[in-house]
Amino acid sequence: MTARVVLSATEIVAGYEPDLPILNGAGFVLREREIVTLLGPNGAGKSTLIKAVAGLVPVTSGTVRLGDQEITRLPAHTLIRRGLGFVPQTENVFAAMSVEDNLLLAAAILPRDRRAARVAAMYAMFPDLAAKKSLAAGRLSGGQRQMLAVARALLVEPKVLMLDEPSAGLSPKIVGAVFETLQQVRASGVAIVLVEQSVRAALAIADRAYVLAEGRNRHEGPAPLLRDDPIIAHLYFGGDPVAAP
Amino acid sequence: MSLQFLADGLLMGAMIGLGAIGVTLTYSILGFANFVHGEFVAWGAYACLVIAGLIGLGLGIQAEPLGPFSIGWVVLLAGAAAMVFTGGLALALDWLLFRRLRRHGNAIVMVMASFGASMALRSLLEFLFSSAPAYFSQEIQIAVPLGLGVRVTPDQMLMLGLTAVLVVAMHLLITRTTIGRSMRAVAENPHLAAVAGIDVTSVIRKTWLIGGALACAAGVVSGITVQIRPFMGFDLLLPMFAAAILGGIGSVPGAVVGGLIVGLAESMAVQFVGAEYRAAIAFLLLIAVLLVRPAGLFGRAEA
Repeated sequence: MTARVVLSATEIVAGYEPDLPILNGAGFVLREREIVTLLGPNGAGKSTLIKAVAGLVPVTSGTVRLGDQEITRLPAHTLIRRGLGFVPQTENVFAAMSVEDNLLLAAAILPRDRRAARVAAMYAMFPDLAAKKSLAAGRLSGGQRQMLAVARALLVEPKVLMLDEPSAGLSPKIVGAVFETLQQVRASGVAIVLVEQSVRAALAIADRAYVLAEGRNRHEGPAPLLRDDPIIAHLYFGGDPVAAP
Repeated sequence: MSLQFLADGLLMGAMIGLGAIGVTLTYSILGFANFVHGEFVAWGAYACLVIAGLIGLGLGIQAEPLGPFSIGWVVLLAGAAAMVFTGGLALALDWLLFRRLRRHGNAIVMVMASFGASMALRSLLEFLFSSAPAYFSQEIQIAVPLGLGVRVTPDQMLMLGLTAVLVVAMHLLITRTTIGRSMRAVAENPHLAAVAGIDVTSVIRKTWLIGGALACAAGVVSGITVQIRPFMGFDLLLPMFAAAILGGIGSVPGAVVGGLIVGLAESMAVQFVGAEYRAAIAFLLLIAVLLVRPAGLFGRAEA
């Protein structure tokens, strides 16, 4: 039996300026407990696509559905309450605020009696953060910042988590830890959309992948098949087939 | 040598600092230098004067002074009502003017619009009340000696007390409450704040409301200790901006410390250099501090 679709973006046309679309009909489908990765060269529209889904880029046409509900053009701040979490690529924590305040801020949309328990759950999941509660988030290491950004999004128990290049600027060792965390998150029942430049790492943990170019879908399929496809590797990843790590 | 000039500087600085809290909040969250803030100071003082008069007329109460102060509970009650009125005025101005301009995201357009709105509001105030000074009370205050040649009136002590209460309340609001965290989050990164579930538009409205109410508080204490004039806010505007920048944009304690420094610098300039140089000395100090700490005393340097 095919798993239920939890998030879908269909024929999305979107861009920062009304007459200058970056996306020209791109889209994806995400099913329960799935990791889907969006790949493609720089400027393909990967980040713009998940920002459009997250309500941060105006959508001119197309449809976004979260489960049974259409969420196209809903204000960004309402989406996390509906179960759609988003972790931006850069500036994804409030650097001037403490780790604790970053989490309390996210917890504010929960009922009062659940806030402390959810913050404690995040500290249990990310012990590094628990040891640095009072530290300004801007003073965390790159990996710890990424963990805080993920914790902030997970704290409210979303059904879907979208991440924009979580490996950007991190050392390979830290990237490994971040991707391991993402697999744990998936195991907890959260479906994930992952935009990545690090093709090898993304395809290693993803179930399926979409390859975008010039704002359109060019290829899609199971991650292992795309990983071994020499034409795709040559066209979009700049070289040989992506070997499994 | 009398140390009276230090007391005068601290009193003036407390008043500047109180007004600067609103400046620093609106500057950090709305993202532009809001010149209307000075007019909210004056409108707040006049609103308090009118409401106190209406309470007196409506209830037939003589505004008896409270203890050693020149004002009674009627002015305090009117002050609270005026804070609500001025907050509402700020909100209305945002709805009529700034909300539309904000969509284009051009800070210089917002600054120029605030400059125009400031002049319009000041002229309207002058038209309604004339430029003649007004007073909450005609009671004569006897200054109390505090030692070392320093004398302070009970009204000035009341002003210091009110300022301290408002500063602590604002600091707790910003650091310990959900709305305070939301305001800090929007000031730092509005897009991330939205993704985290914060209704940025609602936070902006609350900022106008709180900023207007704080400007009113500064206007009322200035009106009690000095006098009420249509230009009172305009005269305080530059020192308030200096205090906010000196303290570090977005920092409530910074605004107050900045206000005290500006007040003391002006007072010392009067004492040692001459009254005509007071503004120059205060701003030279501002430039000197910013050269050493560009983000201000309590500000956070950009990453």
